[in-house]
Amino acid sequence: MSKHTKVVVAMSGGVDSSVAAAILVEQGYDVIGMMLRLWSEPGRETHNRCCTPAAMAMARKVAAQLEIPFYAVDAKNIFHEIVVNNFIFGYTQGITPNPCLSCNRQIRWEFLFNHALGMGAEYMVTGHYARLVRNPGQPVKLFRAKNIKKDQSYVLSFLTQEKLQHTMLPLGEYSKQEVRDLAKSYNLPVAETKDSQDLCFLAGSDYASFLERNAADTINPGVILSTSGEVIGKHKGLAFYTIGQRKGLGLKTLLAHYVLEKDVERNALIVGGQNELGKDELIAGNVNWVNGNPASEPFRAQIKIRYTSKLSWGNVSILDSGMVKITFDELQRDITPGQAAVFYVNDEVIGGGVIVNPQITIQNNNKAIKFEAAR
Amino acid sequence: MMENPKTYLDYAATTPVDSRVVEVMLPYFSQIYGNSSSIHFNGQQAETAIENSRETIANIINCKPEEIVFTSGGTESDNLAIRGVAFASREKRRANHLLITPVEHHAVSNTALQLAKLHNFDVEYLPVNKYGQVRPDDVSALIRKETALVSIILANNEIGTINEISEIGSICQEMALPLHTDAVQAAAYLPINVNELNVDLMSIGAHKFYGPKGVGVLYIRDGTPILPIQTGGDQEMGLRAGTPNAPYIVGMAEAFHISHSERDNHNPKNAALRDRIIEYVLEEIPDSKLTGHPIERLPNHASFLFHGVDGNMLLTMLDVAGFACSSGSACKTGSPEPSDVLLALGYSHEWAFGSLRVTLGRQTTRTDIDSFLSKLPELVAHARKGVKSL
Repeated sequence: MSKHTKVVVAMSGGVDSSVAAAILVEQGYDVIGMMLRLWSEPGRETHNRCCTPAAMAMARKVAAQLEIPFYAVDAKNIFHEIVVNNFIFGYTQGITPNPCLSCNRQIRWEFLFNHALGMGAEYMVTGHYARLVRNPGQPVKLFRAKNIKKDQSYVLSFLTQEKLQHTMLPLGEYSKQEVRDLAKSYNLPVAETKDSQDLCFLAGSDYASFLERNAADTINPGVILSTSGEVIGKHKGLAFYTIGQRKGLGLKTLLAHYVLEKDVERNALIVGGQNELGKDELIAGNVNWVNGNPASEPFRAQIKIRYTSKLSWGNVSILDSGMVKITFDELQRDITPGQAAVFYVNDEVIGGGVIVNPQITIQNNNKAIKFEAAR
Repeated sequence: MMENPKTYLDYAATTPVDSRVVEVMLPYFSQIYGNSSSIHFNGQQAETAIENSRETIANIINCKPEEIVFTSGGTESDNLAIRGVAFASREKRRANHLLITPVEHHAVSNTALQLAKLHNFDVEYLPVNKYGQVRPDDVSALIRKETALVSIILANNEIGTINEISEIGSICQEMALPLHTDAVQAAAYLPINVNELNVDLMSIGAHKFYGPKGVGVLYIRDGTPILPIQTGGDQEMGLRAGTPNAPYIVGMAEAFHISHSERDNHNPKNAALRDRIIEYVLEEIPDSKLTGHPIERLPNHASFLFHGVDGNMLLTMLDVAGFACSSGSACKTGSPEPSDVLLALGYSHEWAFGSLRVTLGRQTTRTDIDSFLSKLPELVAHARKGVKSL
């Protein structure tokens, strides 16, 4: 690295991105802080987990202390257009979208990334816990963080070489405690915020009431069917249920029922007994191969099907459509269309795709994916 | 830490305090610190300094010292003028009508809008031409007996256009209606003689002419109906309660005096550089437009629109490249909505988003402008690409 390599650190006011910025400053980079101003439901701006005015003030404070310039970049409209609309669209398709994935892919590593490179930065830097390995003349490799508990490689699995070549993740080698200690040693004025699984723009409310307020037409009551096709109850709208859910179905039956599938075409919730729950197979589309090349033959991998789930062994094979089929060694209870399936080999991210809904025809799925890709 | 030396091209936002000004202010912090309202000699010293400052400023703008009220700056002066005259005119002659332009600074327009919302004043906008200028005929046509106040900006902060105030002033005087002008941007560059401009109220702020921030003047012609909007003691002829800020007032007077006497040295140099910028940009950058009047504009002010450019992104890129500019008025924490002024002039969103204001000052050199112009086309192209890739 040359002494004056320009880098943009995506800051949030939190401890991770602040420490990332401090590390880069200490290493002698020419550091610029940037923060995205994202969309919040009108009137709930102060609850947005990612960019409250307080978080923005904190990021400014950190930047001032590090003596780096800081710019807030407004992404409200584009965030709403892409992330929120896809979130709503996803529910109309009976899937459980992961807005953090689309935000990272289309807002951070597209909108902000373009800003950063447009300003002459060589790298965009984030406080994600994941490791990048660079070897001259070879594709950049993406690995799980050294600290497996904090690993965030799952939400970075969509990164292409074009993006990875201009990305730095300085926290990949650190534990959360080490990062906290670094913050202290750099004397950074960061406040410890609770890690949260809430979506930032839900602003403290739950997604179902968000949909009621913002996309009432996605909420379409229908019937609950047994696997044999028998009507055994009514549902409030497919969006209110998740695969594997047992409570809140309102069924007056002796046996416990679990949500098995959402049948969008018939607007039906398919339920069954615990013995019917779980699958050993999934299909994922919109696949990103981190090194740029789809695997030439099926391979063994460890697969993660939710941000919080453990790795499970299985076989990954490539379909003619470009999608992948994953066959697990053991039944998986919560294969959820809309979430990413990320495949790892020895802690390296080989690639990832979006789990498709087996109830919808492939054609429909392509449409859904195209919609997302086009925005 | 950024190490590249910065070229400051945002003198319309604020100016550095002249070292000669700092010098005259210093004694008034810890040596001559009395309260100008006090009986004792310490107080009298402060009072003398304040009254001398009042006289200095009155001489320059050609008014009586007692027609000068010291405020905390241009925004407060605008507030006092609009609100103070509106309330007094309503009280005195039931006047309920405020006539402003769509290109006023927010200190004027938001004050008028609050009066409309909370106090049932009738706010009407004068039409402006594409350069942001008011036609005197339109003022004649729209003023009424019950007009409480007409307020027209002298030189626009965003687009640099100068309004022909003098003729409008005569029209208002014939009708005996008060005319206010926001001269905050004009004060450093134009002779702001209140009797040539025919205005009854005029706002200025010191930090636009190399004085300190936080101090300004409202000129109020004798006999203009006005009520205080900040109540308390009877300082400033009972129109602005609160202990006057002696060091800042002394600094403002010195800065205004220097600015007035040296204006003719700086204006021609800046006007030449301004014209060079305008010529170069319009020639070298495709899909660019000058905003504001090509000739009747401030000598230090060049403002543009670039089609399909995110103005904030361009500013960020310019900053990183070492040039401090502005988009016109947008605040860094604000939303990316294009400016009301540009929309009022009829520009579409695609144009209005891409605004850039370059304002020059005493320290600006030909070299600064050359190096700025050598970078700008490339950065505009980058910013365009950035927007398109979305």
